[in-house]
Amino acid sequence: MEVLVILIPVSLCLGALGLVGFFWTMKSRQYEDPEGDAVRILRTDYDDSPAP
Amino acid sequence: MNIDQPAGVMACPACIATPAAMSRAAKTVDAASVEYQFSLPTVHCAACIQTIETQLSNLDYVDDVRVNLTRKRATVHARPQTPEQDIISAISALGYEAVPLDSATLSAGETDRAARDLAMRLGVAGFAMMNVMLLSVAVWSGASDATRDLFHWLSALITLPTVLFSARPFYTSAWRVIRVGRLNMDVPITLAILLASGMSLFETISHGDHAYFDAALSLTFFLLAGRYLDQKMRSVARSAATELAAMEVPTALRMNGTDMETVAIQDVVVGDVLMVQAGGKVPVDGRIISGVTDMDRSFLTGESDPVSVGINSDVNAGEINLSAPVQIQATAVGEDTLLHSLADLVSVAESAKSRYNSLADRAARIYAPAVHLLAIAAFVLWMWLTAGDVRVAMNIAVAVLIITCPCALGLAVPAVSTVASGRLFKSGILVKHATALERLAEIDAVVLDKTGTLTFGLPELVTQLSDDDLAVAAGIARQSAHPRSKAIVQAASARGVSAATVAEITEEPGMGLEGRHNGETVRLGRAVWAGCVSSTMTVLQIGTNVHSLEFRDSLRDGAADLIDAFKTRGIPVSLLSGDVKMAVDQVADELGIDNKFHEMLPQDKIEFLNQCTQSGQKVLMIGDGLNDVGALSVAHVSIAPASALEATRVAADMVLVSPDLRNVFSAIGTARSARSRILENFSVAAVYNMIAVPIAFAGFATPLAAAIAMSTSSIIVSLNALRTR
Repeated sequence: MEVLVILIPVSLCLGALGLVGFFWTMKSRQYEDPEGDAVRILRTDYDDSPAP
Repeated sequence: MNIDQPAGVMACPACIATPAAMSRAAKTVDAASVEYQFSLPTVHCAACIQTIETQLSNLDYVDDVRVNLTRKRATVHARPQTPEQDIISAISALGYEAVPLDSATLSAGETDRAARDLAMRLGVAGFAMMNVMLLSVAVWSGASDATRDLFHWLSALITLPTVLFSARPFYTSAWRVIRVGRLNMDVPITLAILLASGMSLFETISHGDHAYFDAALSLTFFLLAGRYLDQKMRSVARSAATELAAMEVPTALRMNGTDMETVAIQDVVVGDVLMVQAGGKVPVDGRIISGVTDMDRSFLTGESDPVSVGINSDVNAGEINLSAPVQIQATAVGEDTLLHSLADLVSVAESAKSRYNSLADRAARIYAPAVHLLAIAAFVLWMWLTAGDVRVAMNIAVAVLIITCPCALGLAVPAVSTVASGRLFKSGILVKHATALERLAEIDAVVLDKTGTLTFGLPELVTQLSDDDLAVAAGIARQSAHPRSKAIVQAASARGVSAATVAEITEEPGMGLEGRHNGETVRLGRAVWAGCVSSTMTVLQIGTNVHSLEFRDSLRDGAADLIDAFKTRGIPVSLLSGDVKMAVDQVADELGIDNKFHEMLPQDKIEFLNQCTQSGQKVLMIGDGLNDVGALSVAHVSIAPASALEATRVAADMVLVSPDLRNVFSAIGTARSARSRILENFSVAAVYNMIAVPIAFAGFATPLAAAIAMSTSSIIVSLNALRTR
């Protein structure tokens, strides 16, 4: 059971990392244009001006 | 690798992109750029984005372009003082339609911020729920003593801050109604979340078996999800509606001696002399001081024929100047204009509509008190059974509260409305009012306006001219912006007749056009002016030959199908129009509407609808004119086409963006389907409660059972919502 002492903090940290990632996507407005982003990724030229 | 090194071999996409990005960065540095917004109704694919973005950013006055495909909009950063028209023509040269949007109207970012805030809370609740669920699985599968206590403490550590942060929208809403002594759904939700967390904390401290941390969190998560969907749906409709509003850039041309300047409409004061160009909209109420022209008043009165006006004629804001530029002196501005006083009618009716009891309200009114009563009953019963053991009684009361809490109910309406509004949005209908879908499902009578609603409000040439005459007519007519001239040009191109060359064309404002063709005088205009006798208003005179020209209003796409569909379903249709009898009869006969009324004043229309309401009918009103505003607001539910003035769109519950009227009928189908899905969802919630409440009451509801019951009912409700067609 001692392994819990390591595993629980590790799992919480990983979860928190995901949460921070989510915050970042919100802050950088990545949900503004879902349809546009879905087709942009298929462009042949490199998208050199992502949303500010 | 040195950055300055000339790139010999481009190894990666970034190497190709970097020089471009750097040149762009260099461009952005000089002078602060100004933001322009454009609506691009026709963009639809990756190639469209690419074409517009690359081609526009090649222009030297454009710093940056970003196309948003979801909202069909482009944000352009350009040098200050770049005329909007330059950017528009650049976009149209690429083959896309562009409409300028007023950035000030659009910057209503508040709803966006509310949605982002909810998403943030939802994310935190989701993260906490997942972790606590994992910890709870260990407890459910038999962890005991020190291990169980450790897991409970960990759960408490995650849950308490989360519950305080994520569930705040519920607390504030509950507090608001409690302060005025009422109950809403958020009261039991708040109680359940707070009691469950508090009770679990107490159990954890006193080494108890059961903690409801996971239940408190999943309750928060599911209910926030419902709240988020609701917010998102409304913000989509609202942003589309503000976009429509932003298309009408409110400016006026003010005469300053002999100079003309463009001013914002708020800055116009009574007495200002304004120029109204041909094809322009009259900005304020006023009196004509120079010039003669025709005005299109169909928005105000429903008349399809233009009215000729001259010096000293009064004109009202919203009328469209058809033939020649005129100067007007403002007599009423801002809130004193006729347009504005009509728009005021709307706010009165708005309050009437907010009194409508939605299904969710009715469910909440039964549900909220029942939940509290059941929890209190459970507490009292178990106090009595255990002879005063507060801990056991409290535990069971909390279990009852959690089980009965309207988790599925909170999702039942928003999930269905989101799916239904999404469907309607795709078929070109914006749902503006929260309860509009429900009201649309209930209608049993339809009232229609004629001009601009069933018809486009644009004339169509009926008289069959010979090819030669038509060619001459088109040749002279193409010099004018008058709708009837346009109709002649259109008729010619439809028949494949190319316009003849007509020389020396002059326009007699408000009367007609004169020119020369093959040495003969050609006149197109009013019969009186051309000096001949005719049964119709407009004549074409070539030499000594006179042709009477007859026009009619062209019907909107799908108008006939819509009326047929209503008739087959047995829904009575009435036509109320401000137009003259002849024009109304013509349209009514063509569409087969028997119940028709002509020359109706705005007040008559309201009266008619009030009579319908009193006789128990639930009327759908479709109209576009300012003379319909009152009627739109008193109708049970109302739809306005997107071509209507802003005041009318504000009054209507829904806006029809697509020109095809058939969509109205499919919208009714969707609304009915949505309504039955909502009712089904309520029954699912009711059945679930009938099974779960006795179990909780008897004291058999463990945290595991609560978790399973809550998730299942929420998932069933969401899946059922997806069945909405």
